[in-house]
Amino acid sequence: MEYVKKEKTIALAFPSLVISRLGGKTITHCYQCGTCASSCPVARINPQFNPREIIKLSLLGEKEEVISSDAVWLCCSCYNCQERCPQKVEIADVIYALRNIAFEEQKSPNIYLEFASALMNNGRIVPISKFIEKKRPDYGLPPLQPTGIEALNKILSAIRFGTSLQKEEAK
Amino acid sequence: MTGYALFLGCTIPARQPNYELSARKSLSKLGIELVDLSNMTCCAPPPIESINLESSMSIAAYNICLAEEADLNLVTLCSGCFQSLAKANAMLKTDKHLKARINKILSHAGKEFEGNKEVKHYLQVLVDDIGIKRIKQSISKPLRNLKVAAFYGCHALRPSELLKLDDPESPHILEDLIEALRAKSVKYRNKLKCCGGLLRGVSDELALDLARDKLVNTSKAGADCIATLCPFCFVALDIGQVQLRSKLNETYDMPVLHYSELLALALGIDPKELALETHKIKPDKIISKII
Repeated sequence: MEYVKKEKTIALAFPSLVISRLGGKTITHCYQCGTCASSCPVARINPQFNPREIIKLSLLGEKEEVISSDAVWLCCSCYNCQERCPQKVEIADVIYALRNIAFEEQKSPNIYLEFASALMNNGRIVPISKFIEKKRPDYGLPPLQPTGIEALNKILSAIRFGTSLQKEEAK
Repeated sequence: MTGYALFLGCTIPARQPNYELSARKSLSKLGIELVDLSNMTCCAPPPIESINLESSMSIAAYNICLAEEADLNLVTLCSGCFQSLAKANAMLKTDKHLKARINKILSHAGKEFEGNKEVKHYLQVLVDDIGIKRIKQSISKPLRNLKVAAFYGCHALRPSELLKLDDPESPHILEDLIEALRAKSVKYRNKLKCCGGLLRGVSDELALDLARDKLVNTSKAGADCIATLCPFCFVALDIGQVQLRSKLNETYDMPVLHYSELLALALGIDPKELALETHKIKPDKIISKII
């Protein structure tokens, strides 16, 4: 009896973590019908990505397999699966929650580190070059308003955003 | 005149003067005043949501606070910005625990989300505030000979429960607006499937595969051009064609225009004022059909 109890605790640690995160709370509603996978434009052309499989592995507690694989980063965030899920699992948001955990454990593709530092340094993830900014009057466009970078960084430091990024850079 | 705070985002001012010019000029011609607020930031779209959802929600809420302070509703041109802001706005208006949690974070920047403003995609402004009838009456250059493939992309429509732009499986707002310009909206296969834009830089091959599907199907349907709502869809399909030519030796020569560009042309705005040179696939064929 004790053995069973112990196994249960181990198996539930990862799903509990996912549930506790923003975006993750509906993961346990999944009954593995596969509507998500059959609605997914990525799964149709790349068998490496299957949202039903990602949810199943997460619910089984296979944390490493989920957050260390490339698959979780192949979601195109189209929300088709979420729209069609008969159980109202917020699948695209669950995938964000999984990516958030992976990012904190430094397992994200490098481009996300670039997005994070662009956000902290410029307040934007797509930089606007000085050249383009100077051309605005030629096009007849009004000047760009200043970006709220100071307020943004106050918000980001309140959440400790980029803490794992700093760890990554220190390596 | 109805006024909105314009949420411009990053990609449009960084890369697409054609989008910004056409939207500003046509909305202003139709009596919508756009106000540029200072201190706005990135909307915190999917790349930031992928890093930390709490941050993206807080950043979206911060930007909505600026509109609340200015006592204006927000309008977006980019579907990515629309999704980030409208999703946060709807969630924070209905979930008081989430609102308290995010407001605690916002207090560090001296802000408080109240939840008394709307976030709209400019298509909603066109339909709700101006109306199809008035748009039809304002057209001076009807796009009569033009067959247009409406492409919604993903983030204007889904998650529909929060965004409420249109029916996610059978939308018609864009087709209605295309036909208001007297153009013909053509049907094509896989219309509601993703353009792959967000996978660019993560898996370029996959991204291009998804964009290719759109170009194959709109070409087969005999479209003269694709109408987009989002700067990412525009990049995926316009620059995507240059990449398909060099990587797979496939040429589609399918102009991609933002709906606002078609609207501006139909309103009689001079094409020379619209920075059409921004397009990789030149829309010259379209212009000559109109004029």
